[in-house]
Amino acid sequence: MELLVASAIGVLTAGGLYMVMRQRTFPVILGVSLLTYAVNVFLFASGRLTPGAPPILSDATTYTDPLPQALVLTAIVISFGMTAVVVMIALGAYLGTDDDHVDDQPDNGEDAT
Amino acid sequence: MSLLLIVALPFLGALLPGLMYQAGRAACAGVTFTITLAAFIGLMTNLPAVMAGDAVMYRAEWIPGLGLNFTLMLDALGFFFATLILGIGLLIIAYARYYLAREDNMGEFFTYLLLFQGAMVGIVMSDNILLLLVFWELTSLSSFLLIGYWKHLPEGRQGARMALTVTGMGGLAMIGGMMILGQIAGSYDLSVILQNREIIQESNLYLPALILILLGCFTKSAQFPFHFWLPHAMAAPTPVSAYLHSATMVKAGIFLMARMWPVLSGTPEWFWLVTGAGLITMLLGAVIALFKHDLKALLAFSTVSHLGLITMLLGTGTAFGAMAAVFHILNHATFKAALFMSAGIIDHETHTRDIRRLGGLRHLMPITFVIATLAALSMAGIPLLNGFLSKEMMLEEAYHTVLGGNHWIVPTLAVIGSLFSAAYCFRLIGHTFLGPKRDDYPAAPHDPPSGLWLPPALLVVLVVVIGVAPFLAEPAVKGITNAVLGGVADVPKAYFKIWHGLVPALYMSIAAVVGGLIVLTLFNPLLRLWDAAPRPEAKVIFEALIEGAVKLAKALTLPLHNGAFSRYGAVMAVTVILAGYYAWVTGTVGAPTRTLQPAGAIEIAGWAMLVAATLGMVFLHRNRLLSLVLIGIVGLMVSIGFVFFSAPDLAMTQITVEVVTTILMLLALNFLPNETPVESTVLRRTRDVTMALAGGAAAMALSYHYLLREAVTTPISEFHLANSYKGGGGTNVVNVILVDFRGFDTFGEIIVLGIAAVLIYALTETLLAGPVRARLLNRTPDKQLAGDMHPTMMVVMTRVLMPIVMVVGFYVFLRGHNEPGGGFIAGLIVSIGLVMQYMASGYSWATARQRYPHHGVIGAGVLIAGLTGIGSWFVGKPFLTSDFTYVRIPPFEKFELATAALFDLGVFLAVVGAVMLSLDGFSRLARRAHVKDSDFAMDINPARTEGDALRGQGA
Repeated sequence: MELLVASAIGVLTAGGLYMVMRQRTFPVILGVSLLTYAVNVFLFASGRLTPGAPPILSDATTYTDPLPQALVLTAIVISFGMTAVVVMIALGAYLGTDDDHVDDQPDNGEDAT
Repeated sequence: MSLLLIVALPFLGALLPGLMYQAGRAACAGVTFTITLAAFIGLMTNLPAVMAGDAVMYRAEWIPGLGLNFTLMLDALGFFFATLILGIGLLIIAYARYYLAREDNMGEFFTYLLLFQGAMVGIVMSDNILLLLVFWELTSLSSFLLIGYWKHLPEGRQGARMALTVTGMGGLAMIGGMMILGQIAGSYDLSVILQNREIIQESNLYLPALILILLGCFTKSAQFPFHFWLPHAMAAPTPVSAYLHSATMVKAGIFLMARMWPVLSGTPEWFWLVTGAGLITMLLGAVIALFKHDLKALLAFSTVSHLGLITMLLGTGTAFGAMAAVFHILNHATFKAALFMSAGIIDHETHTRDIRRLGGLRHLMPITFVIATLAALSMAGIPLLNGFLSKEMMLEEAYHTVLGGNHWIVPTLAVIGSLFSAAYCFRLIGHTFLGPKRDDYPAAPHDPPSGLWLPPALLVVLVVVIGVAPFLAEPAVKGITNAVLGGVADVPKAYFKIWHGLVPALYMSIAAVVGGLIVLTLFNPLLRLWDAAPRPEAKVIFEALIEGAVKLAKALTLPLHNGAFSRYGAVMAVTVILAGYYAWVTGTVGAPTRTLQPAGAIEIAGWAMLVAATLGMVFLHRNRLLSLVLIGIVGLMVSIGFVFFSAPDLAMTQITVEVVTTILMLLALNFLPNETPVESTVLRRTRDVTMALAGGAAAMALSYHYLLREAVTTPISEFHLANSYKGGGGTNVVNVILVDFRGFDTFGEIIVLGIAAVLIYALTETLLAGPVRARLLNRTPDKQLAGDMHPTMMVVMTRVLMPIVMVVGFYVFLRGHNEPGGGFIAGLIVSIGLVMQYMASGYSWATARQRYPHHGVIGAGVLIAGLTGIGSWFVGKPFLTSDFTYVRIPPFEKFELATAALFDLGVFLAVVGAVMLSLDGFSRLARRAHVKDSDFAMDINPARTEGDALRGQGA
């Protein structure tokens, strides 16, 4: 099971990294989202994996680590806010210049498409 | 008056001139004058205590952990400087009132002046050297503002920049020096440091501390080789020059050397550095001053020279030298401020400061002539004026100073310095006031109104009084000297008098004055020689240095920061991977302490879906809609993973966030191109894949290794689990952590979320106000629009769902404290319910039914959360301490009331407002010219009459 989670984090990271290095805004934003998943799962997993023991106090004797969960919960919500801001910036840039490249384009007088 | 108040008054008062600006120039100056006067009187109330030899203290803790305390001390030395700062400050304020032109913003000027004044008073009263550093930097900053006050003059801006660079760098060095000093002495309190002379001077760190502190002092007091900034700072308005560059700021370095005299002086290092720099500065300044044609430049270099003189005296390390230094500080402040103000008057009345264009002013400006002449003669060292007395003491001290075993070098250099000093003073008088009257002045010169000449006149009265009756100044100077010496040496017995008999100093004095006169008669040939001689121009060197630094910075930064975002991403990824690799290679990994848990078929299936969706998205990312669908699957699988690994709250949050994010992305895709073209080369893609695989492998390896090992130390979660119910009153530990244990974090997070939403709103507004608006309105859709944009089925469905969603949200909110749920999740659920209405019936229909603006909802949320936190103050608890109780209202069961629920309500509202406001921004962009907003819930409604239907279609 640990191998599955670790490899999922690896795949998400690799995919995110590749997408972040693309040329256009939309793939880059998706890449950031993938990296966000990777980081959130990574942080969550720092509480180690404990199936079937939610941190809801009951008669149970063992619980999973609640602290990473609390941290990741706010991280998920904040990442929504950040994604929204980045998307809006990307949108504004595209609408303003008719160009959605993330890199500065050499000023050759025509828009690369 | 309390020392705190004296220091605080100028800072508090700095608010007033700006506010009084509308009330006129007199009000501005008046209020500034009153504030300074109040501080001055406050200072004077401490005079009896200071005269009795006590140090008045004020103590308040600031950051005791760092040794930084707000400790003020007022002894004779501090009192002396504070009197100079506030007393001359009063005269300068009166003078500036008449000096500044109508178009100069007086409120701004006096605000800066008061800030500067407060900072200076702070320096001389600080007992804590860290506090002193704070004030030290404040003087650098406020003097920057003052020097650059005439922003339209390039010289002003350049001079201000140069002054800030030089004094700022010195300040930086001094921070280091003070830190070392504090470390050696074991305390940052001056009163403690001053008691530890032996420990400090025997320390190995003495020399570095000394050099660093002296760097700060020398840059501030314009000592060689940092003297060059002062003349360029003369681009400032004359009141600033008179205040900062004669009486106060440039004396800050001198003050500090005097303050530190008991612990730092007396060593050969101190002697060589301080006396050496002082001598060179004195000589250099005096020679350059002689050949300057600009009155203020001449005075600036003469200031440099006199500061060198004082530095040299402090460097000798003898008690007599210290006394002469103190006396000269006093005398220099009086005659130099008067001279600067006179130069300002001449500039003001004749519209030039060029000595070559002046001459013969004595008949035209008799009052100014008398003031300037007396002050200049005092500076030249003519008997019956105060400059003579301290200059003779200086020569006396120089006569006894041995440099490197040589008895002659210091006295000779001191005489040469005095000689040139006398020469430029005579030139100042001779070439400006004497000689024939000219008829080509740029403006008709006449004496100024009394507001301009009274302040310097008052100072000149002091010059003459001290000069004629030195015994009046003697007790004060000796008291101050006693404070400088700090018990290390006894105050010299020497009496202050004009006639000491035929002592060597008298001959040296006579030689200097006579030599000065001879030099002046030879002025023209000497000037030709001077102009012909090659000499380094400080400003050119300084600017070349700065340019070199900028080039170096650019050479380092630009290759990395070339505007290519993908390059930053690559650089960062490679750096992190390499750092991780380094840690892996150099560190050790312990044996696994956890066993691998078995994975069943369902888990493997979920994993496979996540991996497939991720890979599919990467391979198919050129089709943007498809990649959005695929990333949705990734999010779904992550949520399911959270459920499986005992994180129901996370799963609920993730899945709801997934919904709103997808809606948001869809709204954005509405405008963006649908396809991503192939642009990068195969080589580049190979590079990116390599980096991505390396990064992925690293992340996987790291996660795998820690998943198989327990934490090195016990996690603090044990505490949370143990206290969640007892202390927080909730059984859902995650929620209790959010709203209670780490409530402050959550409070910060909802604020960030609110800011993000407001930022989106602001961006939308900006876009819609600019040229983008027209482009948006005129664009044609790249796909055919739906014929039935607001279908009846969907409208009905969403209406039916709405109350259900609300109830679910309410339920999830309420149970959050004990069961999975809470404000975040409930907020997201309710937002989805609301967004559905927008989707079904369109933006304008939904907006028309919106009662509260989204901003308000965010604000209310943050406010409720904040007020809940503040509420705990009223019961004497720290911010955000929560409380709960159990209530029973028949016939219901017992239920819990917790303040945490109120806080969670704030979270809920903030989340709803933020999500709605963000999506609102995107929808507003989506409106276009050829689609009219519908006022109706759905496009096709048989119940509507024909006319209504047409209106609904926008006809």
